[in-house]
Amino acid sequence: MAPPDVPVTTTTPRYGYFDHDADLGIEACGATPEAAMEAAAEAMFAVMTDLAALRPEQQLELDFDEADPELALVTWLNLLLAEAQSRRLVWCRFRLQRDGSRWHGVAAGQPWTAELERGVEVKGATLTQLSLTPQDGGWRARCVVDV
Amino acid sequence: MDIARLRQAGPYEWTLAPSRAEAGGEVRLFADAELLRGMDDKVLEQIRNVARLPGLVGAAMTMPDAHWGYGFPIGGVAAFDADAGGVVSAGGVGFDISCGIRCLRTDLSWEQLAPQRHHLADSLFREIPAGVGEEGRLRLAVRELEQVMRQGAHWAVAQGFGPADDLPYIEERGCVGGAEPGWVSDLAKKRQLGEMGTLGSGNHYLEVQVVDRIHDEAAAAAFGLRVGQVLVSIHCGSRGLGHQIGTDYLLLLAKSAASLGLTLPDRELACAPIRSEAGQHYLGAMNSAINCALANRQILAALTRGVLARYWPSARLDTLFDVSHNTCKVERHRVEGRERTLYVHRKGATRAFGAGHAGLPDAYRAVGQPVIIGGSMGTGSYILAGNPPGQNHAFASASHGAGRAMSRHQALKFWHGRQLLDDLAAQGILIRTGSLRGAAEEAPGAYKDVDRVAEVTEAAGLARRVAFLRPKICIKG
Repeated sequence: MAPPDVPVTTTTPRYGYFDHDADLGIEACGATPEAAMEAAAEAMFAVMTDLAALRPEQQLELDFDEADPELALVTWLNLLLAEAQSRRLVWCRFRLQRDGSRWHGVAAGQPWTAELERGVEVKGATLTQLSLTPQDGGWRARCVVDV
Repeated sequence: MDIARLRQAGPYEWTLAPSRAEAGGEVRLFADAELLRGMDDKVLEQIRNVARLPGLVGAAMTMPDAHWGYGFPIGGVAAFDADAGGVVSAGGVGFDISCGIRCLRTDLSWEQLAPQRHHLADSLFREIPAGVGEEGRLRLAVRELEQVMRQGAHWAVAQGFGPADDLPYIEERGCVGGAEPGWVSDLAKKRQLGEMGTLGSGNHYLEVQVVDRIHDEAAAAAFGLRVGQVLVSIHCGSRGLGHQIGTDYLLLLAKSAASLGLTLPDRELACAPIRSEAGQHYLGAMNSAINCALANRQILAALTRGVLARYWPSARLDTLFDVSHNTCKVERHRVEGRERTLYVHRKGATRAFGAGHAGLPDAYRAVGQPVIIGGSMGTGSYILAGNPPGQNHAFASASHGAGRAMSRHQALKFWHGRQLLDDLAAQGILIRTGSLRGAAEEAPGAYKDVDRVAEVTEAAGLARRVAFLRPKICIKG
């Protein structure tokens, strides 16, 4: 699978949030499971800052194996978190492709700067209320993230 | 929560109504009817799932501040016996391994400090790295981080972050045994290299508080507390290292459950038999994160001392106590007349050893362990003292905070960060934060009544109130 040249994101919000007592539920939609997972990544990083203010100046490629699509969702989100934190970056654009159990992702973003709005740090994506299901001709991804 | 589903087993203890009882262990909820009604039904669902895990000893329990978590409820306590096929659960500890509170005791009164409060708030905000995207001033090599994981707060003291006098007043005397950095992933280590000495965000804070009232004079004297005295509390955990260990093992154990012969009632309760290789690996990694958290709070305490010394060079800032509330600890407990070694999971619950416990420093052995219930930034916090096993029927556990009454998402609909900070300033509480949104999510009104939580904690015999602390300055991530 060839990586995309430029990760893209839509300008229309494809995500929202649902209530959870201690933490936060993210919910995202897309035409395919991969698109829903890309939107879930947007939802998660939008908790941390205003994605519209970010420049996709640095890019990350990541690969992982996971046969279970729901576990792939949580793996994808957690890999993005770990790589963002260890590199002091915040991602704003996402692309994910699947070939069987093999997943190839691309994320782009920029270093944290003093000008960026500070939201709340996400510690991890959990298995709670985790789902990746067909909905209205597309797909819906949900999970609770620990903040 | 619909309390018709419960049977009252004592004035402040509830269990499942007989018609609701089913296969699995007992559940026990420590609360009053009012607090229970304020809890989501999922708290009961989650603790019932915990009670179905193998090797449970006694009941799966919730504390008075319980709320819906992931896997375990926040405020959940469960003990397992390795000899009875018991498990260790990554979901029972969570992502923020060894999140806890370091409470520091000054010899200053609020009257002495008040004239400098704005400068102090600004200096603390400048010097304490807090919030998403913030890095600490230390940058460790992997080998140094592995020393942190093995040595805990002792490593920080050896590097000059505070005196050795702090160590007896830290849980496990500053270093838990059983840490095995070899079972921590490279990614987890990579995440932590720049994170030592950072506060984090969300409900983490550094708070300057004043002792507002004393409930137990004898215990207050033992803890060195008096009305009007200034304290500093630091609430944070093991940062990126713990987050990644939680992430790694949650998935690993959830995926390997079937091969380990486990049927999980909820994938988030990912666990492994304590005696299994996977269970031992998790324990080695989790204990590494506990030591990292103890070192992190030791460093933050030292940074705080540095700031305070600029304004009051001769002021003391001694450690009252440092206790975690997201852990699995190996402890000895007497159950039905027999001493047993148990793996006690506390997720959003504080260890609360009673008077006479060998694990306590000499100064507290007559009164019990300091237990800290951290409240919201607008209401206050409590220091309590642990009760002996004859009174505490929760494996020496107690509440850890006020507990959320409202989700973060809901809170944003009710409060706006700037207005909230202005309102708190009008009440004499200075907030310094890089995240107005984070402040709104942490609005005092989004939390339960901390007074009621502390009262019920005492009435249920879990711990007794010693002092109430009123917030004056709060640094939030």
